[in-house]
Amino acid sequence: MIDKTIKNIEEAISGTESNMTFMFGGFGLSGIPENCIAALSRQEIFGLTCISNNAGVDDFGLGLLLKRKQVRKMISSYVGENAEFERQMLSGELEVDLIPQGSLAERCRAGGAGIPAFFTPAGYATEVAKNKEVRIFNGKPHILEHALTADFSFVKAWKGDIAGNLIFKGTARNFNPLMAMAGKITVAEVEELVPAGVLNPNQIHTPGIFVQRIFQGEIYEKRIEQLTVRKKE
Amino acid sequence: MSLNKNQIAQRIAQELEHNMYVNLGIGIPTLVANYIPKGINVEFQSENGILGMGPFPLEGDEDPDLINAGKQTITTLPGAALFDSAMSFSMIRGNHVQLTVLGAMQVSEKGDIANWKIPGKMVKGMGGAMDLVASAENIIVAMMHTDRSGGSKILKKCTLPITGVNCVKKIVTNLAVLEITTSGIKLNERAPGVSVEEIIKSTDVELIIPEKVLEMKL
Repeated sequence: MIDKTIKNIEEAISGTESNMTFMFGGFGLSGIPENCIAALSRQEIFGLTCISNNAGVDDFGLGLLLKRKQVRKMISSYVGENAEFERQMLSGELEVDLIPQGSLAERCRAGGAGIPAFFTPAGYATEVAKNKEVRIFNGKPHILEHALTADFSFVKAWKGDIAGNLIFKGTARNFNPLMAMAGKITVAEVEELVPAGVLNPNQIHTPGIFVQRIFQGEIYEKRIEQLTVRKKE
Repeated sequence: MSLNKNQIAQRIAQELEHNMYVNLGIGIPTLVANYIPKGINVEFQSENGILGMGPFPLEGDEDPDLINAGKQTITTLPGAALFDSAMSFSMIRGNHVQLTVLGAMQVSEKGDIANWKIPGKMVKGMGGAMDLVASAENIIVAMMHTDRSGGSKILKKCTLPITGVNCVKKIVTNLAVLEITTSGIKLNERAPGVSVEEIIKSTDVELIIPEKVLEMKL
């Protein structure tokens, strides 16, 4: 067993520098690495390229990095819920690369799986296909998409053990396992960190080989973006 | 009378078949879940990583770790499964999801769809829409027949940036049910009280009109 635990949040983000590429797990605000994002937003690092399905909201998630203008480029599939993001994008301060969600997921997976590029039908004949190679397979056109990797991947899991094995909960899994594979250094923050041997090996979602650092997050706000409920009948 | 959004959803729900896997987009498509015909079971997939999605939670039961693609809190039904985004889009791109219902800003005669970007307006992104339309064999579009200024949303060619080509099979609007065939768009049904002439007038492509156009049954 290789122990991946680190002592504190400072150690979690040590080695992060300006102009690096970071991946952040999460869909909306669900399953985002809250503690790492908060810590990074207090660092003097700028010019970052951030790969994340969404860009957080104004005062939470990646919105914190945007507010301090730490992000130079955002690679996402949907970025609707953030006024500061919109302002920076329209003023040209922030570069934005929008890519189809399935292609984003697969590009991260490919980056971690040693596949440099792949063909997908998604985006053919659209703006997304611009300057991309097109090939016909089974009579259908596909476009060439390249793998994505990152200097650091920040992911969040429900439970983890000190060997870096991760278990996710609900739809908070989303991009986390894929981005965990694609980081040169993957930092996993978990709600509950347990000794090796506690988690059932049959139920591990992300094997510890993909995780270089693991720690238990101090607090989890787990903000809900769209609270929708039904009344008791 | 032309249909309201709920009635469009109600008409689309008639297209559901027993034990189908279905992905519903945001907007009118979401409402389809409220009108599943009696005796029919369908499994809803949401692209952020769930199959077997249930209704909204009861007040107090909401879980921040359980949301749909619209970021709304949801529940799981017995038999549900959870997975990562790459597996989710394997289901979608791999054509394992049998029916996709989407909203649209424009649909062309050839079944091209535009639903992600209006030039000059804030661009929020395509989310999963391009992957959803890329492979699905059965795509139904739910939309109003015309835009706010009365212009047809069904066109010879989309003028807005497209999301995908040759993919839409059926369109259900407030006025009609239309089928996209290799020889053009066929008028299958008209909304109760809406005349064929009215539909022709509101549509910017030449429609194939069968001898008898049935009135929708809701």
